[in-house]
Amino acid sequence: MAKTTISIDPVNRIEGHLKVEVVVDGGEVKDARCSGQLFRGFELMLLGRDPRDAALLVQRVCGVCPVAHATASALALDAAFGLDGIPDNGRLMRNLIFGSNYIQSHLLHFYHLAALDFVDVSAAADYEGLDDRLASLRSFIGRGELAPYMPRYEGDYRLSKALNQQAASHYVQALEARRIAHEMCAIFGGKMPHQVGIVVGGCTENPTADKVGAFLSKLEWLRRFIDQVWLPDVLAVAEAYSDYFAVGAGPKRWFSYGGFDLETETKDLLKRKRFFPAGIVGADLKLAAMDTGQIAEYVKHSWYEDATSGRKPAEGETAPAPEKASGYSWLKAPRYAGDAYEVGPLARTLVAYAAGDAAVKKQVDGLLSRFNARPEALFSVLGRHASRVLEAQRLVDAMSSWAMQLKPGEPVCDWREAPESGAGMGVTEAPRGGVGHWCEITNHTLSRYQLVVPTTWNASPRDDDGKPGPIEQALIGAKVRDAANPFEIVRIIRSFDPCLACSVHMLTPNGGEIGRCRAT
Amino acid sequence: MAKGEKVKEHPAIWFQASACSGCVVAALNGVAPSIRDLIVDQIAPGHHVSLRFQPTIMAGAGKIALEILAATEQAKDGYLLVIDGALPTAAGGMYGRAASASGESTMHQRALELASNATAMVAMGTCAAYGGMHAARPNPTGCVSVTEALAKAGIEKPVVNVAGCPPHPDWFTGTVGHALLFGWPTNGEVDAAGRPKRFFGKLLHDLCQRRGDFEAHKFAKSIGEPGCLYELGCKGPWTHADCPERQFNSGINWCVKAGCPCHGCVEPFFPDVSSPIYRKIELPELPRVVGDDAGQMRAIMRPQPTEEK
Repeated sequence: MAKTTISIDPVNRIEGHLKVEVVVDGGEVKDARCSGQLFRGFELMLLGRDPRDAALLVQRVCGVCPVAHATASALALDAAFGLDGIPDNGRLMRNLIFGSNYIQSHLLHFYHLAALDFVDVSAAADYEGLDDRLASLRSFIGRGELAPYMPRYEGDYRLSKALNQQAASHYVQALEARRIAHEMCAIFGGKMPHQVGIVVGGCTENPTADKVGAFLSKLEWLRRFIDQVWLPDVLAVAEAYSDYFAVGAGPKRWFSYGGFDLETETKDLLKRKRFFPAGIVGADLKLAAMDTGQIAEYVKHSWYEDATSGRKPAEGETAPAPEKASGYSWLKAPRYAGDAYEVGPLARTLVAYAAGDAAVKKQVDGLLSRFNARPEALFSVLGRHASRVLEAQRLVDAMSSWAMQLKPGEPVCDWREAPESGAGMGVTEAPRGGVGHWCEITNHTLSRYQLVVPTTWNASPRDDDGKPGPIEQALIGAKVRDAANPFEIVRIIRSFDPCLACSVHMLTPNGGEIGRCRAT
Repeated sequence: MAKGEKVKEHPAIWFQASACSGCVVAALNGVAPSIRDLIVDQIAPGHHVSLRFQPTIMAGAGKIALEILAATEQAKDGYLLVIDGALPTAAGGMYGRAASASGESTMHQRALELASNATAMVAMGTCAAYGGMHAARPNPTGCVSVTEALAKAGIEKPVVNVAGCPPHPDWFTGTVGHALLFGWPTNGEVDAAGRPKRFFGKLLHDLCQRRGDFEAHKFAKSIGEPGCLYELGCKGPWTHADCPERQFNSGINWCVKAGCPCHGCVEPFFPDVSSPIYRKIELPELPRVVGDDAGQMRAIMRPQPTEEK
């Protein structure tokens, strides 16, 4: 294959607006550029408002993982309001709303965003059995209007016809499964997307036996789906595409802020007892402590003024420069101690594995022994897909326990007026990885608000030293067999589950900066 | 539909502008019709919407996706255009870039091009309908609603606003299904804010399960307490939607039932008049958004972008 540039714009079946360009020479990716296509200035819109509004409004950053933002915001506000812990019912309902949306988000990702890169739904065309989902797909194909499933890349669908049919049926069934997961969010959170239950101080709903019963009934439905459908499908894909255990490693540095509070008395969130542990790991899987003071954001290759490069999140500033020549993305480049880090389900799994979490070790060692693989096999496209379903299994177990800990009639929220002043940091793990919110309150209103979110880490452009971002690093070195059907590229990108809406809305601490941008 | 009857195919384009994807995810939550009905089977008896371009679920990406988009745009038969998200206009639209088969463009520009050839349009969600969260003060990217962008460009197209942040899936499928079965909503079937009266015709306050508490002056004083949420900032008396009757996520719950004051997310004033969300409103000063004030309300709520002259 001669040297060629492949531009994929838009990269569909992700959240938001992403463009990816790769330079392929001799069948191998030599260079890659991820470009976020949308800037929104979200944090500016929060300034001057009642701080309590933030946990609701900030969800509009992302309709796929709004609960992650509500949770990070509520944690930042709990701290800024000076709360010494919140009622257990509030903590537990936050976890249940958030955990349900994790399952929803991961299901959506595997079946409705990623699966069409591996599964050939056209296998349903001559289906003759009794599965009504496949009968529906057969009628659909028979009518001849094949959107949104065609056009697509062609030439590398490897499952058998029977497995393709089964996975296509599960694609349709998973639409129902993710809807049920959202129903669980609504039981304690009012509605989804953009639940309304999570507030500073706790939650708004009152847990009652009927709600707990409904929640657990739906949870058990999902447990069966995860164990009997989703995990087998991931394993079937992994068997047919086992070369993807060696594709798309990325920077081989991971961190997790930790998430799902098991108590709320410990003020330092990185030391708080949490279901997902916090920490940093590299390829040697040795755990190190996380220090948010090591995070800085670089903008040499982003459409922002160079003078704002290298700032820590709490001192961040955003001065858009939409036509800056060296820029190629609306994403900044966050770095930890100067290095690019991958965040997300794989990062959480590896941090927990390195921390010696017994449930994670059992899951991961079982998976690795099945494929006769070493832990390095997880640093891959398939490692990310496997991490999501394994995490969903663990969350189902945890949520069934949390739901039973709810106490009807006990307090749900420590609700207060906003303090005159305060500041707080809220860090947790979104389905896509570490999310941090920083807020400051002056004169009872928000005087500063900032987010650093998962896809800003994963899909970041080069930093000031020219080091590529994690997805860029995962792409560089990948083999591409057919430039017209670059399956390898989209499989690598989608394994990160990019969420562009989340990633492009950085802060300015003083409202004037945006107005100074060059208007063309 | 009886077996053997023909299903009519309706090409559709779903264009995403400055959005959060919440409207797409909301549409996935439909029960009857379900998202399976929408994508695979029939959205209404005898009618299937063929989603030629829908960035969140479509198989294709890049060039092949833009080619089918261009082919659908240029076809003589027209198409239903659904837009979610507001349209960024500041900095020449550069805050929202969008590719087309003919090269780099902006979301604002693409939306106008797509609208020009569309048969009819749905502005999906409060951002597309009125600017919404993406146009919240100080509206740094100069976001405008679909209707405003079309009016400024002199493009006349039928647009229905399916408001909500995000909308109930029934509001979307019900609006599209109605249009396919009975024709595009007439002026009498939509309110002054461009919404179908079938879903947005009544005051939420009048439908609320906690209305009895309001009448009896049983008010919750703090989050988590029983009673009407009026004193905790509920915007139900300003808001037009059938949330209390319909309820969200398969009819399980909705904001006020879950103990959160309504924040008027279906209204042109969301979010700037809605916040402070938890502060009591004064009933005698109710802003009215049905009737002739709708345009005025939008003007009040939509700060203009601050661009350097």
